[in-house]
Amino acid sequence: MNRSIGLAIPFIVAALVASACGGAGTSGGAKPAITIGSTNFSEQLVLGELYGQILEANGYTVTRRFNLGNREIVFPALESGQIDMEVEYLATLLAFVDKTATGSTDPKVTATALQKALMAKGITVLDYAPAVDQNGFVVTKATADRHRLAKLSDLAPVGPQLVLGGPPECPNREFCALGLKNKYGITFKEFKALDAGGPITVQALIGGQIDVGLMFTSDATIAVRGFVLLEDDKQLQLSDNVAPVVRNDYLSKAGDDFRRLVNSIAPKLTTAELTGLNKLVEVDKKDPKDVAREWLKKQGLIQ
Amino acid sequence: MTLLRDVARWFAEPAHYRGTDAVQARLLEHVEVSGLAVLIGVLLALPLGLYLGHTGRLGFVAVNVANIGRAIPSLAAIALAIPVAGTLLGAQNALGFWPTFLAMVPLAIPPILTNTYVAVRGVDRDVTEAARGMGLSEAGILRGIELPLAMPLILAGIRTAAVSVVATATLGAVVAFGGLGRYIVDGLALREYDRLMAGALLVALLAIVVEFTFGALERLSVSPGIRSERRAF
Amino acid sequence: MIPGEPLIRWDWIASHLDEYAFRLVEHVQLTVIAVGVGFVIAFALSLLILRMPRTETPITWVTGTLYTIPSLALFVILVPYTGFTILTAEIGLVSYTLLILIRNIVRGIRGVPAEVREAAVGMGYAPREMLWRIELPLALAVIMAGVRLATITTIGLVTVTSLIGQGGFGFLILIGIQRFFTTELIAGAVLSVALAVVADALLVLLQRRLTPWARAA
Repeated sequence: MNRSIGLAIPFIVAALVASACGGAGTSGGAKPAITIGSTNFSEQLVLGELYGQILEANGYTVTRRFNLGNREIVFPALESGQIDMEVEYLATLLAFVDKTATGSTDPKVTATALQKALMAKGITVLDYAPAVDQNGFVVTKATADRHRLAKLSDLAPVGPQLVLGGPPECPNREFCALGLKNKYGITFKEFKALDAGGPITVQALIGGQIDVGLMFTSDATIAVRGFVLLEDDKQLQLSDNVAPVVRNDYLSKAGDDFRRLVNSIAPKLTTAELTGLNKLVEVDKKDPKDVAREWLKKQGLIQ
Repeated sequence: MTLLRDVARWFAEPAHYRGTDAVQARLLEHVEVSGLAVLIGVLLALPLGLYLGHTGRLGFVAVNVANIGRAIPSLAAIALAIPVAGTLLGAQNALGFWPTFLAMVPLAIPPILTNTYVAVRGVDRDVTEAARGMGLSEAGILRGIELPLAMPLILAGIRTAAVSVVATATLGAVVAFGGLGRYIVDGLALREYDRLMAGALLVALLAIVVEFTFGALERLSVSPGIRSERRAF
Repeated sequence: MIPGEPLIRWDWIASHLDEYAFRLVEHVQLTVIAVGVGFVIAFALSLLILRMPRTETPITWVTGTLYTIPSLALFVILVPYTGFTILTAEIGLVSYTLLILIRNIVRGIRGVPAEVREAAVGMGYAPREMLWRIELPLALAVIMAGVRLATITTIGLVTVTSLIGQGGFGFLILIGIQRFFTTELIAGAVLSVALAVVADALLVLLQRRLTPWARAA
């Protein structure tokens, strides 16, 4: 066993070096190997699998670098070429890349603005899906009843008594605590850094360590746990449609076949479909790989 | 390096010494959870180690439990401690301090247990036999002879445990604990590398302080009668 | 915990054996490289310490400081420079082995009784031969104890590399945490410990093979 490991090591090192150098020449032809990355919440694992598997089913070699961290970590990896592609959300990525840009509730407008902002970075955004996943602010039913909360504006008077929980980057994000302050005038008693709408946030809501938690609107857990999703009445969140972003140097190596395959997913991916996928993974604990494969088959995208 | 300059600036910033995220607050949280975990570790492992060392039983178990204990992935231990803490102490205590503390105790036990066992076993048989011959009780032998002679090595074990716990308690930040790990996890998420380095430096410093303190205690604890050249290893 | 979620879903494990095998290989590779490279470096530094005792304090200081840097921090600090690669993981993992290995190699060789050394000199052994033929074999027990400790510690630390995209069984743990999936969490932890136990046992066997003259400890 030691001997085969010893033999494998130089290959692994070589492969890593090759992929770091952009994979030039390691696989010729119009189906170059691709590295797909994802951030660290479970919906990203399914989305990554969707795009990865449709490519694999058509002869591409896909390397998965999932779960690398949050956007602050993963997007630079895309910029530097450590990954070739990831699945993003239009309005949030736009705000991340260009703080001065204005997104809109119209996805077409947002997508155009995003492409403009990504031009300088050598990245292209491909077709977006109807599916939308935005930041949502969630309270337990008990909290909603106690403070009569149904929409985000209701939080303004009681905010200073409440604790907000979310991912560590939340206080700096316009679609998170920063935006709540700027658009709704809500300030909180305290902010607790947890995870990105994951089980730690859920546990903190249940245990009362936080009163308001950030969760994602396509997360099936909200319904399962009986949480109350506060309505975004002032439209803080913009069009966060799901869209893949790909490095231009990869696109120029790949053929039109690549674009066609990737873009075939968008029309079929509605918010309802996405929430359904999330439920299978998060609540029924099915494997993202299997869930993705079943969905692609059902949609007739793979055999 | 500009990073070092940024870190120095981070430490010089007065805002970092105010509020819930203040350096002294995080330092205190970290010391609390580490100290309590080591204390419980000592309370559990020391008597057991003394007993096993004195009677010579189950030595194999003692040493190998230590080895396995070091291999338990702390991240998993902390995550699994969440439902445990929730069940034992209620949902409001399922995150933060309690799961971190619960996961640190199994980390602290092995070095203390092994070192105590080995130290007591290592006491010269002739000495204990002579004491027995003089009419000293088993407990008396343990207390008056074996324990004092074993003390330096026991303290070395506690030192190892304390340093491991201080370094590992940083992972508690992943489950909503504060402590110095907060700077590291938040620093990574926000890509504020000065904050990240500041946190790492503080943990390293705390660990070094612990090392030196226990090192000094070890040297002082060597019985005057047999004081000789002792390395800090 | 999601109500109704069993602690372990055995069917899930059964249908994911290939994933576990992949993680096993990843975990073993990371460990073997770390301990192997660490040993080579530690050996070189130990020889330096033995020949020039003045270097002992600075070397101990550096490796000791590396050891106190929390593993989480060490890996993430390297990411901006070396990326989410095996190299980043290995730099961190190797650093942690150095203190343990150097300490044991040096102590082991110094522990060779003076009489044995004198006898060897009397018999005409040159310093180089002395090291390889006399000192190392006699120091083997202590050195192997260091290798065992370093290996087990590394196996535990590999799980932390999951936070930078590597991980071996740590990947399962991370997924378990993110999806609150206790099956993955427990599987990752148990497999990691099991690997450590097996590795330790193999190293003990190796030690017995290499030191036939020593009575079993």
